[in-house]
Amino acid sequence: MIIKGKVHIFGDDVNTDEIIPARYLNTSDPKELAAHVMEDADPAFSARVKPGDIIVAGKNFGCGSSREHAPIAIKAAGVACVVAESFARIFYRNAFNIGLTIMECAVEAENGQVLRMDTATGKITNLALRREYAAKPIPAFMQELIAAGGLMEYVRKGMMK
Amino acid sequence: MPRPMTLGEKILARAAGVKSVSPGDIVLAKLDLCLGNDITAPLAIQAFYQNGGRKVFHRGKVALVPDHFTPNKDIKSAEQAKILRDFAREQKLVHYWDQGEVGVEHALLPEQGVVVPGDLIIGADSHTCTYGALAAFSTGVGSTDLGAAMLTGKAWFKVPPTIKLVFKGRRPADVTGKDLILLAIGRLGVEGANYRALEITGPAIDRLSMEGRLTMSNMAIEAGAKTGIIPPDDITRAYVEARAQRKPRYYLSDPGAEYERVEVFDVTGMEPVVALPHLPSNVVPVSKAKNVVIDQAVIGSCTNGRIEDLRAAAKILKGKRVSPRVRTIIIPATPLVFRQALKEGLMDIFMAAGCIISPPTCGPCLGGHMGILAQGERAVATTNRNFVGRMGHTGSEVYLASPAVAAASAIKGRLALPKEVRGSNWKVGVKK
Repeated sequence: MIIKGKVHIFGDDVNTDEIIPARYLNTSDPKELAAHVMEDADPAFSARVKPGDIIVAGKNFGCGSSREHAPIAIKAAGVACVVAESFARIFYRNAFNIGLTIMECAVEAENGQVLRMDTATGKITNLALRREYAAKPIPAFMQELIAAGGLMEYVRKGMMK
Repeated sequence: MPRPMTLGEKILARAAGVKSVSPGDIVLAKLDLCLGNDITAPLAIQAFYQNGGRKVFHRGKVALVPDHFTPNKDIKSAEQAKILRDFAREQKLVHYWDQGEVGVEHALLPEQGVVVPGDLIIGADSHTCTYGALAAFSTGVGSTDLGAAMLTGKAWFKVPPTIKLVFKGRRPADVTGKDLILLAIGRLGVEGANYRALEITGPAIDRLSMEGRLTMSNMAIEAGAKTGIIPPDDITRAYVEARAQRKPRYYLSDPGAEYERVEVFDVTGMEPVVALPHLPSNVVPVSKAKNVVIDQAVIGSCTNGRIEDLRAAAKILKGKRVSPRVRTIIIPATPLVFRQALKEGLMDIFMAAGCIISPPTCGPCLGGHMGILAQGERAVATTNRNFVGRMGHTGSEVYLASPAVAAASAIKGRLALPKEVRGSNWKVGVKK
């Protein structure tokens, strides 16, 4: 899959409390969650983000709570991909489970620049800087999960044996 | 000769039905328990039904605990809790608590003997790693993983490398499990143990109570760790044998087991510490932060809401008043803790000191309810996270500390050491 989108920059240790504050966790509705996505890191983000945009962040993205509402809110806001230098373990697992595309890579970018990414090869290009980056390969087992259509499909197809 | 394994690896190997596992292996393993709460379980239940679920794999191996926004804080959270309630009834779940029986999940499950040593557990809550104190391999996951587990009784795991933490030396009286784990998180950093297991060991741990150990394993996730396991000993056995609902399996790490690295902490002469906003790794001695004026003190949570924690706070607060500027909220983590505190007269000490007593709930820890901060307010809390906006307004601040430090700070109206407020009755203490 080729993703081409505008970048929104975030820093290190963006935690799930910032991605979707607990005061909104009295619902599981993706649309309601999306209305508050990233609110405590950047209150204007949900109004600014457009479908197909890309989040670029530093180390340990998604640390903290295990709330799946975090990747759900990002996905429901239309974010095409999160690229981070590294992801916290539970967020990483959740993103694959709900089908949010994420790539592990340290990318140089500024707000508003456009990235082109090939999820198959992990090649990321910053079109403004004309620089290329190679994302960390997705582990073979995770690729199997993705190919099956996510964890629940994997289970349904009887592959969880 | 078989590969020497850590106790965590042994649990994964046993549950996966293989002789041996190594870091990096992906295993599909049978779960002894899976759990969720009123925030995470509704999505898991939805996933369960959407994928043809009719009956959970084992009605005694799925635990649901409505503890985050309970007693229901608003209509929406009431609807979420109702999803759990209906599901628990329909599935005839053995481990479901409601009414006056519910408590904070990671305090409740060990106390009720629902989790035992040697278990493999996943929970749709990041602090599921708490059960490592009971020498179980337990880790937090999301709702979809819980949904799949409720269907199949299994989960996939990547076997993590293990970092061994060794706490040596003599722990001073005012230094608690909370201080030790904050010290470790301060050194490791919030990402330092990402994708890794912690094995928490050493002479200072050998002498630490089960409550202190539960506090330490609870916060393993704050260093990013998958789990924080403490090898079982006599303290483990005494705690478990008084309550276990199933037969425990005691594993120990083999001599020669592989550790990615070993971190040694000398706790002799250590001072109580505090994590400054906005990361649990911003750890400094309390003595370096005594100018921080506070508006609220919270003593409770899955980290520090157990009876020993309330005893430590009561010991400080006995015969004293909290500062008029500090709302001091005491949250016993479970009904049993609450009743024990009543019996011991701790609640009377708290109320005489001007504290607010809350029913068991996660409440303010995650900025849910029962003690939310306004802009510019600061809280000292015995909870586990101090991220931006964690307990309320994004312009508020949370300082993480032990119950004794929180109680002393409540009296002083600023961050304070227990020794600053100790009265003449200190040596007598509180009846145990």
